[in-house]
Amino acid sequence: MAIKNPNLYRSRRAVNATVMAMSVGATVIGLGWLVLVLGALLWNGFGSLSLQVFTEMTPPPGSAGGLLNPIVGSLMMSIVAIAVGTPVGILAGTYMAEYGRYSYLASVVRFINDILLSAPSIVIGLFIYEVVVRPLGHFSGLAGALALAVLVVPVVVRTTEDMLLTVPKELREAATSLGMPRSHVIAHVSYRAARAGIVTGVLLAVARISGETAPLLFTALNNQFFSTDMNAPLASLPVVIFQFAMSPYADWQKLAWAGALIITFAVLALSISARALSAARRAQ
Amino acid sequence: MADIALPDTPALVQERPDRTRVLSRLRLTNASFRTLTLAAAILVLVILGGVIVALIEGSLPALRQFGFSFVVTESWNPVTEKFGALAPIYGTLVTSAIAMLIAVPFGLLIAVFLTELCPMWLRRPVGIAIELLAGIPSIIYGIWGLFVFAPFLQHTLQPFLIDLFGPIPVLSTLFAGPPYGIGILTAGLILAIMVLPFITSISRDVFEAVPPVLKEAAYGLGCTTWEVVRHVVIPFARVGVTGGVMLGLGRALGETMAVTFVIGNAHRISGSLLAPGTTISASIANEFTEALGDLYTSSLVALGLILFVITFIVLAIARYMLMRIERRIG
Repeated sequence: MAIKNPNLYRSRRAVNATVMAMSVGATVIGLGWLVLVLGALLWNGFGSLSLQVFTEMTPPPGSAGGLLNPIVGSLMMSIVAIAVGTPVGILAGTYMAEYGRYSYLASVVRFINDILLSAPSIVIGLFIYEVVVRPLGHFSGLAGALALAVLVVPVVVRTTEDMLLTVPKELREAATSLGMPRSHVIAHVSYRAARAGIVTGVLLAVARISGETAPLLFTALNNQFFSTDMNAPLASLPVVIFQFAMSPYADWQKLAWAGALIITFAVLALSISARALSAARRAQ
Repeated sequence: MADIALPDTPALVQERPDRTRVLSRLRLTNASFRTLTLAAAILVLVILGGVIVALIEGSLPALRQFGFSFVVTESWNPVTEKFGALAPIYGTLVTSAIAMLIAVPFGLLIAVFLTELCPMWLRRPVGIAIELLAGIPSIIYGIWGLFVFAPFLQHTLQPFLIDLFGPIPVLSTLFAGPPYGIGILTAGLILAIMVLPFITSISRDVFEAVPPVLKEAAYGLGCTTWEVVRHVVIPFARVGVTGGVMLGLGRALGETMAVTFVIGNAHRISGSLLAPGTTISASIANEFTEALGDLYTSSLVALGLILFVITFIVLAIARYMLMRIERRIG
């Protein structure tokens, strides 16, 4: 069959080729750009990483030191934030997926939770400043941990609800028909079936908060000395990176790169294990 | 009869209260667990309500002092205690606009590549890489922007833009001034790199939700790949993609650390994109702990309130659109 209008045919193919080339180009540029960021991070980070970084305190400008106190501070605040935020998140997610699945309240909470999930974290910092720091009259690690907990809740709510919704309803019906009350069905059937998914959510929440800087700036503030007192200002890795990177001192900037590398590794390790967990679950 | 029944009775008497006790205990556990989960769900609403109330309460002194003029005044002077939010609002909107102008076309084109062109074996690794990159904390992009990207721009792109657009009337003001490296344009570019993974992964998910039958039918009619994307995939996915873009916009508007490093923190509105500026979040991050006096602090909280209102509206629209597409798929 002859082509009736060869020009049209040719121009359609040309347009197609152009757009497809643009899309390949965009992918190469987009991914290349991200590779550049990671490359610079690895290059500068490994250049300034040493054992000292993990064993010594933050130094005054002009002398050698490490990041021990901010690392400890970050760990402490993350642990408290997870301990506070996870139960709330799991319980709220349970309500939405189990008790109130079709209720009006659940759809409102879902909507609000999704907004909290992507709300600017600096605003959460201001919120904790107004309700914790200002009444107590001083900055504290506890306030920082609470700010992080507010960020943990929406992540855990979302994944818990999603994972409980994937539990087949036949499991619940079977348990209910044996005479189990709803709370026992949830605890012994739903939670057990969705366990890997819920743990994934918690891991993602840890990944989310471990790099958060903005909500800590004026809640936990910073502390140049070693401290484990949650009721006093506490150093954290992201805040120290911010302070050191903005400083004019070369050895502080080097420590900032080392800290950035540590955070990135922690976040990547957490998100990869979260992925592996949910992949293993799907394979079952 | 009575003699036979007699030994049974004590056992029955013993069993019955036990059974009711167990049942009532179970009922109590269930009721209290239900209340507990309900309380946690309501706590989510309380958090959001608390954020709004705390921000309004904290910004009252500033709003009472300046009234509506707070939003339209450019001056930001801690010494005379005259504060206006116009420069940070302008910076926030312009940097986000630059970010979206770059990230949306790139994100969509990458999503087209991933769903239509990419060989199967490459799809998963590229998809996973993009999702992992979306999780990298913004401070990493910030430190990269400050030490690597800003000096690079200062020596290459910015002088080039100044030379290129210098003779053209309108564009010359847009790209006027010395190349500082840091500034509005740099912040916008960093934001673009940051939101690109979000927009890409949502667009890809939405594109993948297009029923294959529709695409196959179009291919069967002899459509080229681009025509299939343009006339089948995009119309089908429009609402979802808009939702994804709005979600990215919400991130860009509220992003703090990536911007604070490279914006220069100057409270003025300059016609040039190369000049230093500030955004709402960068002002708060830079100045909050150094703010002396109630009015200064309160003005910064008021900035936070404005940011929250803007992002709330954007995110609400985004979620509404994504919910619509979910309902259609589900």
